[in-house]
Amino acid sequence: MAHAATVHPHPEHAPGQGQVGVYTQKLGMWIFLCSEVMFFTALIGSYIILRWGSVEVWPRPQSVLNIPLTAFNTFILICSSVSMVKAFAAITHGDQAGLKKWLVVTCFGGAFFVGVQAYEYWHLSHEGFVPGGFVEGSELFRRALEGHIAGATGGTIVPAAANLFGSTFYTMTGFHGFHVTCGVVCMIWVTIKAFRGGYTQTGYHGVEVVGLYWHFVDLVWIILFTIVYLF
Amino acid sequence: MNWWYPTLPPNASSFGGEIDSLFYIILYITGAVFFITEIALVWFLLKYRHREGRKAVYIEGNTTAEIVWTAIPALIVVALGLFSQPLWSRIKVDIPADAIPLRITGKQFEWHIKYPGPDGRLDTGDDFTRRGELHVVVNRTYSFALGSEDVIHSFFIPVFRLKQDALPGTSIPGWFRATETGQWEIACAELCGLGHYRMRGRVWVHTQEEFDQWQASQARPAAADTTATPPPPTRRRAP
Amino acid sequence: MSTAAAPVAATHHEHHEMSFVRKYIFSTDHKIIGIQFLFLSLFFLLVGGLLAMTIRWQLGFPGRPLPMGGLFPQTMAPNGMILPEFYNALVTMHGTFMVFFAIMPLLVGVFANYLIPLKIGAPDMAFPSLNMWSFWLMIPAGALMVAGFFVEGGASAAGWTGYAPLSADQEYTGVSTGQVLWCLSLIVFALSSLLGSLNYITTVINLRAPGMTWFRMPLSVWALFITAILGLLAIPILAGALIMLMFDQTIGTHFFLSASGGQPLLWQHLFWFFGHPEVYILILPAMGITSDVIANGSRKPIFGYHSMVYAIIGIAFLGWVVWGHHMFQSGMNPRLGTTFMISTMVIAVPSAVKVFNWLGTMWKGDLHLHTPMLNAVAFVAMFIIGGLSGIFMANTPVDIYIHDTYFIVAHLHYVLFGGSLFAIFAGIYFWFPKMFGKLMNETLGKVHFWLTFVFYNLVFFPMHLLGMGGHMRRIYDPNQYEFLQPLAPMNKFVSISAFLLGLSQLPFMVNFLWSLFKGKKADINPWRDNGLEWTVPSPPPHGNFAHTPTVYHGPYEFSHPQAAEDFLPQNQPLPAAPLQPGGARQETR
Repeated sequence: MAHAATVHPHPEHAPGQGQVGVYTQKLGMWIFLCSEVMFFTALIGSYIILRWGSVEVWPRPQSVLNIPLTAFNTFILICSSVSMVKAFAAITHGDQAGLKKWLVVTCFGGAFFVGVQAYEYWHLSHEGFVPGGFVEGSELFRRALEGHIAGATGGTIVPAAANLFGSTFYTMTGFHGFHVTCGVVCMIWVTIKAFRGGYTQTGYHGVEVVGLYWHFVDLVWIILFTIVYLF
Repeated sequence: MNWWYPTLPPNASSFGGEIDSLFYIILYITGAVFFITEIALVWFLLKYRHREGRKAVYIEGNTTAEIVWTAIPALIVVALGLFSQPLWSRIKVDIPADAIPLRITGKQFEWHIKYPGPDGRLDTGDDFTRRGELHVVVNRTYSFALGSEDVIHSFFIPVFRLKQDALPGTSIPGWFRATETGQWEIACAELCGLGHYRMRGRVWVHTQEEFDQWQASQARPAAADTTATPPPPTRRRAP
Repeated sequence: MSTAAAPVAATHHEHHEMSFVRKYIFSTDHKIIGIQFLFLSLFFLLVGGLLAMTIRWQLGFPGRPLPMGGLFPQTMAPNGMILPEFYNALVTMHGTFMVFFAIMPLLVGVFANYLIPLKIGAPDMAFPSLNMWSFWLMIPAGALMVAGFFVEGGASAAGWTGYAPLSADQEYTGVSTGQVLWCLSLIVFALSSLLGSLNYITTVINLRAPGMTWFRMPLSVWALFITAILGLLAIPILAGALIMLMFDQTIGTHFFLSASGGQPLLWQHLFWFFGHPEVYILILPAMGITSDVIANGSRKPIFGYHSMVYAIIGIAFLGWVVWGHHMFQSGMNPRLGTTFMISTMVIAVPSAVKVFNWLGTMWKGDLHLHTPMLNAVAFVAMFIIGGLSGIFMANTPVDIYIHDTYFIVAHLHYVLFGGSLFAIFAGIYFWFPKMFGKLMNETLGKVHFWLTFVFYNLVFFPMHLLGMGGHMRRIYDPNQYEFLQPLAPMNKFVSISAFLLGLSQLPFMVNFLWSLFKGKKADINPWRDNGLEWTVPSPPPHGNFAHTPTVYHGPYEFSHPQAAEDFLPQNQPLPAAPLQPGGARQETR
């Protein structure tokens, strides 16, 4: 007597009750991104508390970090989000060629970002700025001392705050970079699948879901760049 | 310490009695709730136990009941909170200004107590430090700045109902006034390493005379930080 | 009125002939994964329990060599005499194993995995492969944690709460690698937990069978769903904090090291911002299971179903704004203490509402005191005590005295053991027949229950008194303090009761293992319950339902006046209501 549809072992195709109108993989990605928001909140929140709750003097980021380079890097990452949008638009219109092209551009954008960040880390640590803070007598320590922010106490930089800048900078940007790297890996995987004709005008969920992740990672970077590099 | 009626240790400080009163008020309220609910539970277990032919009554709920047993507990607990707030403020926020200052520092695994000396001011030439020994005068108000040299400790004097975590890198204020003379123990109440269990100190509450005698025997600059010479025994209270 | 309950072999398998390894080891079937979690976490429950026995040995008989102490290495207990540093590792690892590797996986890993798809009428979780990873990540997590005992310096010894800077710099504890392993293990655990939460939330939102509206879901599913949301949002905070701590330990950062500018209080804020939602993760599923079992055992609808749902949601919401109550004495601005006190007081209210509703469920019921019901009722009775004791420590002035004493230990064990663990036992006794197709032995079940109940209270109730006496936590040798020496007989009493409590678990272990192989065959619905899981064979086939069920009403239609039986499965329509005067039928819900 039951006329309900026969069960299909693949849950994502099973009929359901009262969904939020979002297919399962996309819903899953949104939920995953909520947890990522909390993760970055812990790191960025700690930075904000440590820095602006400190009565001590913090180094001015501009005197230590390479703002022009990283600003350009930010631009590239944003461009890769744009290319991601174009890739998604392409496949929703059945444009296989467009999909492949823009996915490749996105991969390069992401890889470029990671590459520049790796270079940035190499350069910084070479010049005396490491997770533990500043190396005594190093070039960057000298520049940090010169370009300090006068705090509540005025006066010169306190090494403790310099230490904390190292701790927070590397942890936040490092984990962001790790997330971008994972994103690039997924992006390459999706690109390969696209080249094998794995996506169609009606079957593009993988592209959309990876795209969501990519935009999220971009958004986190915009926040990070603003708070850490520009303030 | 009785099995059948729990009691707190003797109280020897000015705000300790108020903390105890609060404790007992809460005990009576929670005790009443405990008896009512648990007796109801056991009563239901017995009265509604399955017997041949017994059928449950199909009841899905009662909105009035929900409102009542949400509102009444809410009123009780919020009232309790608001009622307790002034005492908390008095103990932790309002540090009396005219108190005798002490500097207490925890370090693995002992308490260092710096006394202001006869001039009553810290960071002057007549200061001296004792390890693990707190000597105070009865009915005099003391304030302290609590710190730590290494990890988090917690300065705990049970009979004063006094507890404050000691954080490295921060100085935390507190105060107390002892109301009974005697000798008691100081403990560390925050895990601080392998010697946490033996980070013990002692507090002596003296009369003014006894304290002056003791202080006079301490305030020789060369004698600071030497091994403790116990003062003459005062009237000893049971721990 | 026939249901889809006829045991029909599922014919839709595209998975065809799966190897033993794919079917039972690297399985993506939520039921197998739930059972894998069951075996793993029962093992860790045993480990945590043995650690507790060792702690109690030291506290009851300080200075006396452990029986079989010769087995311990010199660095831990030379000639069986527990060293203070080993004692600190014992208390740390007991808490860590119990919270992360026993209670959480038992409540969530087992019951969320096993029950959610079945109870909502779904063939499996939304992401079965991810689910498999969720389980298998627990293996390296567990291995890393256990490894701490075998490295130089021993296992983590900074408390399960890992306060910095004690935990951040090895010079303070003498523990180096062990402390790092603790962080790493929990980071891997966090990933496992996150993948699980992701699955449970997506599944409940998107995979409910037709007719399974939100307010027809069983309270166990509601509780597990809300718990998953808590976990999703809280565990990443822990992960972030652990990463910062691990960096302080290894690569020279200074987040929590005040000597170089860090803030020890930052660790506490991060840890407890995670930690308070965490304790609601540890209790909400237990409440959900209790609701299902009490309704079943009372043969009566849950009293106030809607209120129960709102209470779960209320507890979860409020759980985010009370974390400071773990930090009243920490040196945090005391003015914040007042706000946290008020919010903490308020969170007692939804819990109280739930207790009253459980009592209301039993009232005028037809109480069948089978083993699951006994355990569920014990949950209520013990949770009342645990919840009420919480009021003492919520009160900031009283907390000055009882913070970091055994009063707190009493409270946490009343809610975690008296609460969570009894509910876990209720759940295992209740769903064992469905999981394994065999019945557990009722007599042994009752013996286990009564022995556990009695000895459990003898262990933990006196701890309130110890705390009132000022007995601090994590103290290797209380006899060092004169004011604690009169409490030594009570410590001894607690320890002996604890050993007997440990032995009382033997009937459970025997019952569980024996019944797996030799238990009486369970039929499809031995508890005469309404959930959808009781409409499919024991154990259910891969894919669960031969035909997607249709749900007609809520899960607690027991003793419905028009029903033929005193239960009514959710996939059976409500009986037609009698005609009212005028010919209209009463509305069905």
